[in-house]
Amino acid sequence: MSHSSTKSSNPLAALLSVFQCENPIQSALQSLKQLILPLIGMLVFLLIWDIGAKNIHTSLGTFPGPAQVYEQTVGLIDDHQAERQKEVAFYERQEKRNAKKLEKNPDAKIKVRPYTGKPTFFDQIGTSLITVLAGFFFASLIAIPAGIMIGLNQPLYSALNPLIQLFKPVSPLAWLPLVTMVVSAVYVSKDPMFAKSFITSLVTVSLCCLWPTLLNTAVGVSGISKDLQNVSQVLRLSFFTHVVKIVLPSSIPMMFTGLRLSLGIAWMVLIAAEMLAQNPGLGKFVWDEFQNGSSNSLGRIMVAVLVIGLIGFLLDRIMLLIQKKVSWDKTAILR
Amino acid sequence: MTTTHLELTGVDIEFPTPDGPFKALDNVNLKIKKGEYISLIGHSGCGKSTVLNIVAGLYQATKGGVLLDGKEVNEPGPERAVVFQNHSLLPWLTAYENVELAVNQVFKGKKSKAEMKDWIEHNLSLVHMTHAMHKRPEEISGGMKQRVGIARALAMEPKVLLMDEPFGALDALTRAHLQDSLMEIQNELNNTVIMITHDVDEAVLLSDRIVMMTNGPEATVGEILEIDLPRPRNRIALADDPQYNQYRAAVLSFLYEKQRKPDTGETSQKPAEEEKLAHNLQSEETKGEVSMTETTADSEKVKAA
Ligand SMILES: Nc1ncnc2c1ncn2[C@@H]1O[C@H](COP(=O)(O)OP(=O)(O)O)[C@@H](O)[C@H]1O
Ligand SMILES: [Mg+2]
Repeated sequence: MSHSSTKSSNPLAALLSVFQCENPIQSALQSLKQLILPLIGMLVFLLIWDIGAKNIHTSLGTFPGPAQVYEQTVGLIDDHQAERQKEVAFYERQEKRNAKKLEKNPDAKIKVRPYTGKPTFFDQIGTSLITVLAGFFFASLIAIPAGIMIGLNQPLYSALNPLIQLFKPVSPLAWLPLVTMVVSAVYVSKDPMFAKSFITSLVTVSLCCLWPTLLNTAVGVSGISKDLQNVSQVLRLSFFTHVVKIVLPSSIPMMFTGLRLSLGIAWMVLIAAEMLAQNPGLGKFVWDEFQNGSSNSLGRIMVAVLVIGLIGFLLDRIMLLIQKKVSWDKTAILR
Repeated sequence: MTTTHLELTGVDIEFPTPDGPFKALDNVNLKIKKGEYISLIGHSGCGKSTVLNIVAGLYQATKGGVLLDGKEVNEPGPERAVVFQNHSLLPWLTAYENVELAVNQVFKGKKSKAEMKDWIEHNLSLVHMTHAMHKRPEEISGGMKQRVGIARALAMEPKVLLMDEPFGALDALTRAHLQDSLMEIQNELNNTVIMITHDVDEAVLLSDRIVMMTNGPEATVGEILEIDLPRPRNRIALADDPQYNQYRAAVLSFLYEKQRKPDTGETSQKPAEEEKLAHNLQSEETKGEVSMTETTADSEKVKAA
């Protein structure tokens, strides 16, 4: 049961297992089925999308179908490459100019100006990824220790639970103006290491994605079996050893449930925050294209939508891989 | 050697419940000598685990107290090692690492790294677990887990070894194996042991004294039966031993005549345990009614082969 279900969750594994099984014909059929079903689903979706798109007319032209999206993807890649070439050319020119200056006067001061071209789609992806990971990391850094403390301490849990429940459902859009103002007021430095917009996005993301990790960690920690707590008491484990040897390992499954929820929320929140605050990233890309209103815009937004989904999916898969790596219970079915 | 090692005096305990305090134990008194093997037997829910937990320091007596070598017990500690019913091994550690956690805790600064390693391996070999010492609990059988649990407790070199139905969850064959292992180890180490059991044969086979508890609430020590059988004991030889069967009958009589439970569906609380007791009773009955008439020695009684 567990064997087949772990296989079905991953078409690639299914493909690989064709070459490994004892009963090749039967398992090949089985794997084929597992490969074919998602493919059929995909094809049906493309078909419906194509037909549907042709029948939706907007002020910016017909809704983009699969073909337009493909076209725009190629266009965005071309744009990116063109921009990179411009950048290379810019630096080459600058270098030549500087070399000439030095020839004339070896003591001349040389300035290297950074290239300030328009960020491409892929630059925006990079910005968003860095922001979401930083925000998620920052949130986890707070949520995991806090969750452990709350889980270990029932009175603390009772005291903080109402607050947690109150802040958990708050939308990022509500936090954003406050965060922006606070960051502007507090984060003042002549030579800032990070852009203000980055800090604003990061804090907003952290505030929103803190809660699932915090709550799940707390629940995991408070659910440690009485027997293991007794073992810890009989052995007179120190607080630190107790946390490291007993609390952390036994709450890892719940903690990861929380972390994966948090990362999903972080990604969703980030796109919204970037859009609203005009902070660099995929959200801003979508907004800019929307404002642009060219005939390509809807197609490009659709590309962004798919990329956002794909990245969200990949982030979750990466978390799953990490979870499998650190999980002590290798028999557990993780998906 | 005959002086009191562990002493429970006038132990009462009340648990706070939503319907007011629940008095589980009332005036429990017990004196245990060094190296003695004591079994606690009684109906399910009477308070055996509670007694053990008080000795372990996991529960605090409301009145009275426990003295170990003249010192009051009021918190858990490794000198009173516990073997729990469901092994309670840390599932993320191997058998070796589970024992290691305990050994590190008890012998930190007293043994060198190499000595600790030898000591861990020695204790695992005592329970015949050397071959699987680097396996995780999920990779070994229930009986093996219980062996590791015992090794962990033994490795702490406790003054008292406390075991709460250590073999309760195991099948009969595995249980017999573990009982034999335990007798072997006990022969060598001569630990002071308190073991809770619901198996009358187990109690008679292993113990120096059997402490029989009355039904709860307000349970207390009902009778104490001295088991004067020579050691080493052999289960097969003992099956035909009239003395052995007499002890067995005495315990059964206590449980099913003197402390008969009113049939008020209370058995649903812990079906497995009650079933086992019922099974004990049944097999006894099929051997002849004599066994139920207590103390009078009936040397002719033969256990059905
Ligand atoms: N922590 C507790 N809180 C309330 N009642 C308890 C607690 N522990 C045990 N009891 C009650 O005390 C009685 C004795 O329990 P226990 O010692 O576990 O019985 P046994 O081990 O003999 O089956 C039971 O009625 C049980 O419900
Ligand atoms: Mg019990």
